[in-house]
Amino acid sequence: MSPTVKKSLNPLLPRERMKVPRQLMPEQPAEERAHNFNEVNLGYDPELARQEALRCLECAKPVCTDNCPVGVKVKEFVELIVAGDFLGAAAKIREDNVLPAVTGRVCPQEDHCEGNCLLSKKVKPLGIGYLERFVADYEQKMGNHVVPNVTPTGKKIAIVGSGPSGLTAAGDLIQRGHKVRVFEALHELGGVLVYGIPEFRLPKQIIREQLDYMREMGVEFETDVVVGRTVTIDELIEEEGYDAVFIGTGAGLPQFMGIPGEHLNGVYSANEFLTRINLMKAYKFPVYDEPMLDLHGKDVAVIGGGNTALDAIRSALRLGARKAYVIYRRSDAEMPARAEEVHHARQEGIDFQMLTAPVEFVSDGKGWLTAARCVRMELGEPDASGRRRPVPMKGSEFDLPLSVAVIAIGTSANPIVQSTTPGLGTNKRGYIQADETTQRTSRKGVFAGGDIVTGSATVILAMGAGRRAAKSIHEYLTTGEW
Amino acid sequence: MFKIVHAEFIAPGIKRHVLEAPRIARKQKPGQFVILRIREEGERIPLTIENSDPERGTISIVVQSAGKTTQLLNSLNTGDSILDVVGPLGKPSEIEQFGTVVVIGGGVGTAMAYPSAAAFKRAGNRVISIVGARNKELVILEEEMRAVSDDLMITTDDGSYGEKGFVTDKLRQLIENGTRIDLVLAVGPIVMMKAVADLTRKESIRTVVSLNPIMIDGTGMCGGCRVLVDGKSEFACVDGPEFDAHRVDFAVLVQRNSMYRDAEQRSLAEFRRMREAEMAATQGEHICVNAQGAEQ
Repeated sequence: MSPTVKKSLNPLLPRERMKVPRQLMPEQPAEERAHNFNEVNLGYDPELARQEALRCLECAKPVCTDNCPVGVKVKEFVELIVAGDFLGAAAKIREDNVLPAVTGRVCPQEDHCEGNCLLSKKVKPLGIGYLERFVADYEQKMGNHVVPNVTPTGKKIAIVGSGPSGLTAAGDLIQRGHKVRVFEALHELGGVLVYGIPEFRLPKQIIREQLDYMREMGVEFETDVVVGRTVTIDELIEEEGYDAVFIGTGAGLPQFMGIPGEHLNGVYSANEFLTRINLMKAYKFPVYDEPMLDLHGKDVAVIGGGNTALDAIRSALRLGARKAYVIYRRSDAEMPARAEEVHHARQEGIDFQMLTAPVEFVSDGKGWLTAARCVRMELGEPDASGRRRPVPMKGSEFDLPLSVAVIAIGTSANPIVQSTTPGLGTNKRGYIQADETTQRTSRKGVFAGGDIVTGSATVILAMGAGRRAAKSIHEYLTTGEW
Repeated sequence: MFKIVHAEFIAPGIKRHVLEAPRIARKQKPGQFVILRIREEGERIPLTIENSDPERGTISIVVQSAGKTTQLLNSLNTGDSILDVVGPLGKPSEIEQFGTVVVIGGGVGTAMAYPSAAAFKRAGNRVISIVGARNKELVILEEEMRAVSDDLMITTDDGSYGEKGFVTDKLRQLIENGTRIDLVLAVGPIVMMKAVADLTRKESIRTVVSLNPIMIDGTGMCGGCRVLVDGKSEFACVDGPEFDAHRVDFAVLVQRNSMYRDAEQRSLAEFRRMREAEMAATQGEHICVNAQGAEQ
């Protein structure tokens, strides 16, 4: 290595950079956005982006990149923003992340890149997510996608599921010259990005643009195929000639609490509630045929404290709910949702009933929900997850009147692929077993990643798995070694 | 897009659609269903597959006009297309040599029971089929069912064909006559399936029903199709659609299926109003054309 010291393009001295405040994300006013599905965050303009980029300390060992599940070269792309080369910055991100406009919006940056940012020891961390979103949107606006020129390898890969892990694997593999076909069970592509995450956090248009780009690069898509039912993994390999398969089918069956009244009309799983809204556009009934219960003037609660819970309750609010509650059995500190979403939800007037858990859903006697019977909790000793276990307080029962309750306490493994693929190893909870670095399963040529391996996690963790799988599939296909 | 290669009414308000769906045709087994979405604004609805032809790459479904989506579907003709068809979904029927199997089809449920009846027969069972309908005109698949049954009985509510009464009357007769029954499969309206279950529970005859809860994705993601089985939530799309009839809570199924009744009625009413307006407009055009013709 030659000891050349690259001169920084940043005109500010490190201590001057610390004095620049973190640039605020422009957003729709809370009182306005609580009644529409338009995006909450409006995005930086070039000036704000450059101001924010100037704050980067350009660490010799950037922990931001180390903490990114897909390894985005943060320092390098931020430097290109400082230089005003926004398209160059976008291309730099794309080397490691095929969905920057998505992760720039939904990634829990505080847990990854921004979490250990050196700035955060003294001031607020660098707005890496905001910057990523800016350059991705800028690139889209300029219509300046670069379609890489690659030599075809003649190898064919089937990707099962078009969610974050599948799309990431597809994007990486097509750039290495392989033929890639993505199979999706639903009628629309994007997986959880379209059926789960609402428009106000991730507009569908963003996903469509990312998909168009992938099509330009040569990725093929086929909807309405439930792998395991419509075609099995073995048939893909033996009859359709795929050299490798990546399984990224995502989280599965919603979990319920097993308390009385869960079958009452008015009790939804979060997946159903969000699917009706996001995928089926039930809020446009009767123009769209799929119905949902009318929430205008109704009291609605979500049970759970994750991103899905917040997506559900903030959607309910936008659909006219009078009162919108989050019922969570632990305290603020344990809430798994992204910090920004919790902050936004509070601004919008969501009522957080913390340290509270329902014990029964109360019926009107005709099969419809009228209330959630709840107990207050206190935190006891830490449990297996390391978080303090909530313990019910005696005599604290109360009824919270409700018309609709949405259960968002997690999911369990979808069994379809596992039960139709002989020899595919699963763990005790039914998830597919895959190596943590290579994403290889027990079946030769079959890889898996994302929620179907880990259980419910985040978009970026699924993308990380997709990326590792792509690397490992490429190695397998070039060396033939398993 | 999935092309309708053939569509014809087989009874008033009941239409058979043969769809081009090669992937599904190759994999379909008795008891499985598809989910379809007719158009961009359409809802996703589950429909049992009546039959498939892997060589021609087609499947057939039998649809009774009830709500907006089924009415719209039955207004489509040979050559039209359906936007999305996905399947085959659900676990296939458990087909073994049980001995004597009674297959009961109520109304349009007969089309769903038919592939299982045929499979039971092929597996070497004695198949006794009971087909029930409101009246003679609504009896469907009589010849097909006869061809795969050792014995076929027909009941109509009004007595216009077969015997007057319900399918359960025939089943009761079989039991009272001392017929050895190893398995009953019942597919039809919930009240019928519940009545069959109540009857066979007393006799400890193993009974399977095919449930039709509200469903969206059909792949084990949304949880909308949950049914109460032995007091526990099960998902009709991945754990079913067939369940042990004696463990199913039918009251909860009826209640959950009523969740969108108001919306369904509103949807249907608006659909009818639009159809009538369209009809009136077309008739209006005809009148104009005729009027012009008369002038000339």
